[in-house]
Amino acid sequence: MAEVTQLIHHYLRHDKKFPHVFCPGCGHGIVLGSLIRSVHALSIAKDDVALVAGIGCSGRMAVYVDFNTVHAVHGRALTIATGIKMARPGMHVIVVMGDGDALSIGGNHFIHAARRNIGLTVLVLNNFIYGMTGGQCSSTTPTESWTTTSPYGALEKPFDIVNMATAAGANFVARGTVFHVKTLDRLVQQALTRRGFNVVEILTPCHTQFGRKNAFKTPVDMYMWLKKNAVPLESYEKLSPETAAKRIPIGIFAERDELPLEDRHAEMRRKLAGGKA
Amino acid sequence: MSSKRKNGKGREIFALGAEAVVEGALLAGCSYYGGYPITPSSEIMEGMAARLPLTESGVFMQMEDEIASLGSVIGASLAGRKAMTATSGPGFSLMQELIGYACMAEVPLVLVNVMRGGPSTGLPTSPAQGDVQQARWGTHGDHSIIVLSASDVQECLHMTVRAFNFAERYRVPVILLLDEVTAHTREKIVIPTPGTLEVIERLQPSMPPEWYKPFEETVRGVPPMPPVGSGYRFHVTGLTHDDKGFPTGKPDEIVQAIERQFRKIDQFFFDIQITDDYHCDDVETLVVAYGSVARSAQLAVTQARQEGIRAGLLKLSTLFPFPRAALERHLRTCHTVIVPEMNMGQMSREVKRVNNGRAKVVTINRVDGSIITPSQIHDKLRKG
Ligand SMILES: Cc1ncc(C[n+]2csc(CCOP(=O)(O)OP(=O)(O)O)c2C)c(N)n1
Ligand code: SF4
Repeated sequence: MAEVTQLIHHYLRHDKKFPHVFCPGCGHGIVLGSLIRSVHALSIAKDDVALVAGIGCSGRMAVYVDFNTVHAVHGRALTIATGIKMARPGMHVIVVMGDGDALSIGGNHFIHAARRNIGLTVLVLNNFIYGMTGGQCSSTTPTESWTTTSPYGALEKPFDIVNMATAAGANFVARGTVFHVKTLDRLVQQALTRRGFNVVEILTPCHTQFGRKNAFKTPVDMYMWLKKNAVPLESYEKLSPETAAKRIPIGIFAERDELPLEDRHAEMRRKLAGGKA
Repeated sequence: MSSKRKNGKGREIFALGAEAVVEGALLAGCSYYGGYPITPSSEIMEGMAARLPLTESGVFMQMEDEIASLGSVIGASLAGRKAMTATSGPGFSLMQELIGYACMAEVPLVLVNVMRGGPSTGLPTSPAQGDVQQARWGTHGDHSIIVLSASDVQECLHMTVRAFNFAERYRVPVILLLDEVTAHTREKIVIPTPGTLEVIERLQPSMPPEWYKPFEETVRGVPPMPPVGSGYRFHVTGLTHDDKGFPTGKPDEIVQAIERQFRKIDQFFFDIQITDDYHCDDVETLVVAYGSVARSAQLAVTQARQEGIRAGLLKLSTLFPFPRAALERHLRTCHTVIVPEMNMGQMSREVKRVNNGRAKVVTINRVDGSIITPSQIHDKLRKG
């Protein structure tokens, strides 16, 4: 406990007026904890971290942590992060986005940032819904789920964030959940240490907006759902097709080591300066 | 591009307006460009793509759209770079939300908009001046902003440098509005020797990081701004915030923040408002013009003077904040003010507002994708 308090004092902003905005039972706080533990475990200096967040409940994370923080506009966190990373390649630039932020309004930026393989650590907090605006359908809402804008059940197919990031060219793609915290810490740490575009999709329950409408009576029901349905990739591959269709694999899905964009730029500048363009 | 030295003051080159913007940006210390191509602004982007990688730390990025372009420029600026983008009508429209963000978060940057006919895709390669009010009010909410223009190629260079200087000095986005004629005209210009022009750097904090408040009230209204990663950790948001940068809903903090953002510009009207007078000493018929139209107007005024008409030109290089005092001065003697523009009357609104019924205001408006000629203005001057 003493250790936790120390971490809190070191990484949370003492001059920011708490309480925070997250609902009781929201998974976003667990992600924040994981992020702080990971930065701490890797001994990354606070000054060397820039945290850029989108708009949504997940975006509010930026207010509370004592890094260089930017609360962007909805969907554009990756664009601002791109500018920061290209200007200061030595920094750890971390991007926190909701599913709406990353894949709906910001979908184009997401695939292009992955394609560029720019050195960012990207956490996509997937709660299958627009939390902050009151529970509307998002581009990751499972088909047939109920939301305020799909009162008769969602008709559209959700994006698979992992497949999308992998196909677009990210160096590292993983999926974790806020129930499997130890695994999550490990994935976030890996994403922080690797070069290039690193994505961790994090399944995190929004009980208030998603659960309430979809037969999860309490926050605990949602965590139990994660416990049952999120299956480590190794076990997932052994499942029968029928069971697999109902489960979600977690773990690491792509590990490449392609040169990140900022390094390509540096290389070009070096060549040009040496007159061997 | 052939070039020769000119008595130590600089290099002479034969350049497009767009190329002059590139030269100006580099002289001002721009080291980041993020953009998306669109006619008639693409030559600026191409110029930056060729030049920035040759500098020590220059970064050029072709982004996936204009929103990403401006977003990346904001990021680079937060990280301490002098950063810019260039676009035209449709791209400018896409950027509006982030322009508001840059105003609210007080992020210095330069945005060049080479106007084309509109609305919508409009007239891609034809001259227009239809984005004047959008430059002032395009983003939502009350905000102050600086909008500049240029009417010839040499001025493209100098106004770009000034745009960077204003952006850095006042911590604001600065919009440089050019028209297609200016950007695509090729003229001989002098590129000043580096170091001979005034180049302003943003104010850095001198207090220890624990004491630093990123949006603090200061004498000039402009708080110092350290780069991300320099040991001053602070929060940047588009939400209305207190002086530490944290979101606030307290009426007194909201009002203080918005008022300071206006005041930091209002206080320095004299520094920001750049205008030129031609033949204005005893002027009775005044032409108010900007951009390439100001060149047509200058010739028309010269010709009218030869005919004994007491005509004069007030050329606006700063469009916003509107140079009210420069116009007021002439309204004492003028009976007529002529405002020629390649739009349906966007700047004449400002002139009418300041004129407030004193002189007769005559507009010349053209939206057919053609320039306003000297003879068109000359005709009106004759009629008075
Ligand atoms: C341009 C724009 N459109 C819409 C909104 C309204 N808006 C705010 S947050 C949000 C969705 C948030 O959902 P998500 O990104 O999934 O994050 P969560 O709140 O679930 O963490 C929307 C649509 C906005 N702020 N800006
Ligand atoms: S609305 Fe949902 S996502 Fe937002 S804080 Fe509450 S539980 Fe979390």
